[in-house]
Amino acid sequence: MSSQKVAEKPKAKNLIAGATGDWEVVIGMEVHAQVASKSKLFSGASTGFGADPNSHVSLVDAAMPGMLPVINRECVAQAIRTGLGLKAQINLRSVFDRKNYFYPDLPQGYQISQFKQPIVGEGEIEIEVDGETLKIGVERLHLEQDAGKSLHDQHPDYSYVDLNRSGVALMEIVSRPDLRSSKQAQAYITKLRTILRYLGTSDGDMEKGNLRADVNVSVRKPGDELGTRCEIKNVNSIRFIGQAIEYEARRQIHIIEDGGKIDQETRLFDSGKGETRSMRSKEEAHDYRYFPDPDLLPLELTQGFVDDLKSGLPELPDEKRARFMKSFGLSGYDADVLVAERSSADYFETVAEGRDGKLAANWVINELFGRLNKEGKSIEDSPVSAAQLGGIVDLIGSNAISGKIAKDLFEIVWTEGGDPAEIVEKRGMKQVTDTGAIEKAVDAIIAANPDKVAQAKAKPSMLGWFVGQVMKSTGGKANPAAVNEILKGKLGI
Amino acid sequence: MTDLTKLTMSEARAGLQKKSFTALELTDAFLTAIDKGNGALNAYVLPTPEHARAQAKESDKRIAAGNARSLEGLPIGNKDLFCTNGIRTTACSKILDDFKPTYESTVGLNLWDAGAVMLGKLNNDEFAMGSSNETSAFGNVVNPWRRKGSDGKTSTDKLVPGGSSGGSSSAVAANLCLAATATDTGGSIRQPAALTGTVGIKPTYGRCSRWGIVAFASSLDQAGPIAKTVRDSAMMLKAMASHDAKDTTSVDAPVPDYEAALGKGVKGLRVGIPKEYRVDGMSSEIQKLWDDGIAWLKSAGATIHEISLPHTKYALPAYYIVAPAECSSNLARYDGMRYGLRVNGDNLIDTYEKTRAAGFGKEVRRRILIGTYVLSAGYYDAYYLKAQKVRTLIKKDFDDAWNSVDVVLTPTTPSPAFAFGEKSGDPLAMYLEDIFTVTVNMAGLPGMSIPGGLSSQGTPLGLQLIGKPFDEETLFRTAQVIEDAAGRFAVPDAWWMKG
Repeated sequence: MSSQKVAEKPKAKNLIAGATGDWEVVIGMEVHAQVASKSKLFSGASTGFGADPNSHVSLVDAAMPGMLPVINRECVAQAIRTGLGLKAQINLRSVFDRKNYFYPDLPQGYQISQFKQPIVGEGEIEIEVDGETLKIGVERLHLEQDAGKSLHDQHPDYSYVDLNRSGVALMEIVSRPDLRSSKQAQAYITKLRTILRYLGTSDGDMEKGNLRADVNVSVRKPGDELGTRCEIKNVNSIRFIGQAIEYEARRQIHIIEDGGKIDQETRLFDSGKGETRSMRSKEEAHDYRYFPDPDLLPLELTQGFVDDLKSGLPELPDEKRARFMKSFGLSGYDADVLVAERSSADYFETVAEGRDGKLAANWVINELFGRLNKEGKSIEDSPVSAAQLGGIVDLIGSNAISGKIAKDLFEIVWTEGGDPAEIVEKRGMKQVTDTGAIEKAVDAIIAANPDKVAQAKAKPSMLGWFVGQVMKSTGGKANPAAVNEILKGKLGI
Repeated sequence: MTDLTKLTMSEARAGLQKKSFTALELTDAFLTAIDKGNGALNAYVLPTPEHARAQAKESDKRIAAGNARSLEGLPIGNKDLFCTNGIRTTACSKILDDFKPTYESTVGLNLWDAGAVMLGKLNNDEFAMGSSNETSAFGNVVNPWRRKGSDGKTSTDKLVPGGSSGGSSSAVAANLCLAATATDTGGSIRQPAALTGTVGIKPTYGRCSRWGIVAFASSLDQAGPIAKTVRDSAMMLKAMASHDAKDTTSVDAPVPDYEAALGKGVKGLRVGIPKEYRVDGMSSEIQKLWDDGIAWLKSAGATIHEISLPHTKYALPAYYIVAPAECSSNLARYDGMRYGLRVNGDNLIDTYEKTRAAGFGKEVRRRILIGTYVLSAGYYDAYYLKAQKVRTLIKKDFDDAWNSVDVVLTPTTPSPAFAFGEKSGDPLAMYLEDIFTVTVNMAGLPGMSIPGGLSSQGTPLGLQLIGKPFDEETLFRTAQVIEDAAGRFAVPDAWWMKG
């Protein structure tokens, strides 16, 4: 597994220049992903987003006296699916522990989590940065409860608590300190999110707080031992993760270069100022008094249960990328773009099915994605369906329309809808492949421009001018290859 | 009419079946007794007469219609640790204030579904932490038993009813209910039963659902009944026990008809006598009680075998690590934020501190502090982890014993009922009350206390039976033999009844 890699020489592009030389930044991430499930980890209350405060709260979530947690089987299945997707070891026996601390949004006075024996052990995530493929170690994945939410802006004298999130299942996915740049860290969380979405185990929606990262950052001189790390809590966008790491690494470098030392502490990222600031020191850190939750028996799984989940897993992005490259002859770059979202990959596959894969990829990536981005639409609300785009690609493939006409056709389908073949037929957009008709047009142009004909004989690149004229006279519908062929013959070049 | 409150539960069941009296008459008899007697005993913290009469009327309808259920119309008391829907539940702590649950405990539901009538909520040690019922926020419960020659005129004559289920044991012994619910974390059913001449059984961990019972130490807590006779306790446990999907530690196993086991005798039964229970300084009357028990079982055809449970001496110290550790976490929810008492402070931490200082009594605070300490970083391995290892060894002691015996016989307590204040100033002396009972909770086994005789002071003494996991039937049939030989022990004089 990648975690036991021998020390590699740091790549120069990943180093940060300081006054005393180059520095290497070492990053590990703890990502909290909300499990996609209808009900909470230990209660039947809904996990629905956006409900009125305290409307999704069971007696268990509110920690009423005598209430007991009951594990949600689907959340366990989701954690296992995720583990399998991370090529990780699934622990058939895991234990839930209590993490004890007081806060008003934590009704039980403890969070049920997994401390010593998590459900998922070592795994890895492959990332691609600057054309380089890196394997980032995943140390573990465990299940735990989310806390409620404190509302400090509802009343001048009081804080309120919304327990809708209280008890919602989270997966905490802990990476090895294998990341060496903010770019890698961003690639890591992007890839992790892609995998979660493919698996359907978390929607990975960072805006809703369904995916958040604690980022551990330390710096060292290349080859040195690991430096003292600071943990930046709850960073909630990929852009902020990059900013926070860049800021934090430089902050630490300045302190060390000024003769100071790094205090191990928990920090917060202020996205307004683009900086991190101290939240609590190591001395102020809680003693969580972890111990096995006596209300819950150890979670015992059978290999059969895990195998069943494994056989139901969808194709994952790395496999899909490899297949797209192999079956459709796509470049690595195009395949990456297409597999980033499962919905994009599915769209592409529908378009490419039984057609020219490269042509399909070209149209999906350049025309469709370009247009979607421009209009701020997602693939799910694309006005052009995969079947329609497939129709357009068919017309190109059969030489019924030229590439240029295809773009016009795409525009029509985008704005007006309809079947591409019918549109082409009705509006007379069909490419002219009838050599007789093209010859007629060529003859007319040659007859009208004897001077140009003479010039072309001396300078064959003048052919382009004739092609343009023919296309113009045929309304763009003439097959360019045929026009070229016939012109060459007639002009004798 | 005879005094209906003096009936046993099975006698009352027969009387209702024969229509000698109605459920309402029976319930009213108990309500009157509570009215007259509770002032002196303080066994009930909340009588619920209207609720009881409504249930009794419903029972009378069912009896008339010929579809009576197993406990139809039989009035019982309910320990205040059991949450009752719409009825104040406090665990006898100030911190719960006048908390009214919107739900009923599973054990409670089972009892009401069987037709039982709830007379009220019974006193207990605060959060079930205590062995004398001196830690309740509602004050001490008094044992109806008094020492020989005592006239009850001075306060030192009053004896404790045991704890933590002191309200349950006192109420049953004083005929203020037919039987009562109780809970047992380290002896809280068996020790009060022993001190009041009643029968108490703590079933195997997992036999009764813990859902809706205020938690003390989750891995040790178990509900069970306190009743007047072995048969009554069999009736009660049959109704209380069930598998419950809401408690994943409850066991999905059929609940046998315990009454059917009662007449089966003990011929050929192998009874173990653990030598480690012959503790230093055991009084001669406790020794005699134990010898009597051995003799009764022997003469009924059982064989007696000395056995060794070598880790017994570590049980009590290990228990006083595990139980406080779990309690320190279980009681964290009482923070003044959502229900119960809140004492507002200058800020959040101040509010927590003021609320919990005002809400928890001294013994509860002591255990929370001990529990917090043993779970702290740097101490966990030395205390909590080691205690869990001891627990495994204690379980193994019993597993080994079951190779050669079917049931174990010991005294329930080292001494008879003591006076108020006699041990409450010395926590260690109080904790020693549980010396014979905690091992059973640590091993998760069923344990039962049956009256075996009277002390030199004329107060009851109990014998304890310990059984294999989920083999409560053997406990019941063995207990029946002891009860038949020892006889029943009723309080000689109902001094607590005023007027």
